[in-house]
Amino acid sequence: MSSPQNAAPQASVGAPLLSVTNLEVRYGDLIGVADVSLVVPKGSVVALLGSNGAGKTTTLNAIAGIVPASKGKIEFEGQAIAGQPAYAIVRKGLALSPEGWRLFVQQTVEANLLLGATPLADKSQAPHLLQKVYAIFPRLAERRLQRAGTMSGGERQMLAVGRALMSAPHMLLLDEPSLGLAPAIVESMYETFQKLHKDGLTILLAEQSVDLALEVSDTAYVLQVGKSVLSGSARELANNAEVQRIYLGAGH
Amino acid sequence: MSNTLLQVIVSGLLLGAVYALFSSGLTLIWGMMNVVNFAHGEFVMLAMYVAFMVYTSLGLGPAASVPIAAMALAAVGMASYFLLVRHIMKGPMLAQILGTFGLSLFLRYSAFWWFGSDFRTLPDTLVGSPFQFAGLRLDAPRLLAGVVALFVTLGLHLILTRTSLGSRMLAVSEDATAAQLMGIRPERMQAAAWGLAAGATGIAGALIATFFYTSPTVGETLAIVAFVTVSLGGFGSVPGALVAGLLIGLVESVSAYKLGPVYKDVVVYSLFVLVLWCRPQGLMGKM
Ligand SMILES: Nc1ncnc2c1ncn2[C@@H]1O[C@H](COP(=O)(O)OP(=O)(O)OP(=O)(O)O)[C@@H](O)[C@H]1O
Ligand SMILES: [Mg+2]
Repeated sequence: MSSPQNAAPQASVGAPLLSVTNLEVRYGDLIGVADVSLVVPKGSVVALLGSNGAGKTTTLNAIAGIVPASKGKIEFEGQAIAGQPAYAIVRKGLALSPEGWRLFVQQTVEANLLLGATPLADKSQAPHLLQKVYAIFPRLAERRLQRAGTMSGGERQMLAVGRALMSAPHMLLLDEPSLGLAPAIVESMYETFQKLHKDGLTILLAEQSVDLALEVSDTAYVLQVGKSVLSGSARELANNAEVQRIYLGAGH
Repeated sequence: MSNTLLQVIVSGLLLGAVYALFSSGLTLIWGMMNVVNFAHGEFVMLAMYVAFMVYTSLGLGPAASVPIAAMALAAVGMASYFLLVRHIMKGPMLAQILGTFGLSLFLRYSAFWWFGSDFRTLPDTLVGSPFQFAGLRLDAPRLLAGVVALFVTLGLHLILTRTSLGSRMLAVSEDATAAQLMGIRPERMQAAAWGLAAGATGIAGALIATFFYTSPTVGETLAIVAFVTVSLGGFGSVPGALVAGLLIGLVESVSAYKLGPVYKDVVVYSLFVLVLWCRPQGLMGKM
């Protein structure tokens, strides 16, 4: 099992479920991320912080296999997964709720959720998982026969997360689940993540809202122009002068 | 209503159901992956030859030729996808057009080479002789073709809208990357769409062969009807193809009866232009 070699000091102990080492992703001649390393221990919530264009989405998409890594290693449950197609990675138990939700807008809420169950090796689990997701998000149960394209932003976010949960993942990748949502919805969404975490789910969470992310996470990594520049426990980072400088300095 | 007019309407609708079925494969492929299959008419032609060979070698009619043609054409469809379409889809639009157009020429001239240029027909009695029903004189092959075509078209629509396979195929057409995040392999779904579309086209061809001549160029004639049906119904919509197919069959039949057979195409194409003037996306198409 590898640990980050140069970029960031290892943030936490405990068996790593996911480790990313010196990841580089190119979009043609452009660099999406230049050098990202991170470790997600089993059972933890890890935040991936960074401002616009820092490379959060690129990192998550590379882990999930929807953009190819040009350099570096990605290991999940001790297996190298870089270069594998996305449909194979999700079957290993690594599910992504992607940026922009990417719902199947012409299909119903329930059809979207059932599509999320496609990776299951044992399809007979699907009805049980569906009930579980409806229990977490009762709103989705109310709208089950409505087309996904007719739903509000908050409901779409719930559907994207619910759909990812339908594959009974060992680890969930969440890309800015607070983006564009009303504060009350964001709060209940984060309570949901905390519940899922208590039930044993490992989460890697990309966020621009630093305070929110640090509140729920055990450890965090900060990305800046495609590099992981800082990492530490959530409490350390919340009080770190450099984090304050990067975020508060850049934002105002 | 006079009995003759009723007769004309019924035979128009029966023909229209066949138009609907052999157009649904074309519309399905477009809806799934924005590819126009210019070899669609040749798929019908191949299925007609399959029906012909089932008759000459086994002495059997549609009960055998319909399932055999469905399976044979599903295989042809999937082979076309894996060997050709999958590759040309990565190229520019013109490559896609020329690719399937090339396939149509390949299949047409292979048929010339293999079967010769003779027109062939199956014996009229293969399905049954004409009979009277409720005062109407019904032609057995056309009745069988129309009824089977109607059910197969509806079945295709149900597969696309009510099954997990249909949902996965639609997911790939909506967002292939997001579909991969669901563990779906887009190429498998696209191959399935080609298999399904060509299989339905195979059924249509085997049915048409029972009342229409078979020749290597028959695909050209039929492809025009399929393109008109699909544009009228709306590209990508199977229910659209059904409504448009029935409408075209009906209008063709009634105008041939009222104005004479020579004018039926004039009326059909005038209607076609008129509808597309008002609704360029077709009757049930999306903009
Ligand atoms: N599809 C793409 N093609 C080209 N460049 C891209 C593409 N996607 C992202 N980039 C570039 O890669 C870099 C990282 O972008 P990314 O979307 O990963 O950042 P992010 O941290 O998720 O930002 P945001 O908070 O705005 O979502 C940026 O410079 C961006 O312009
Ligand atoms: Mg992003």
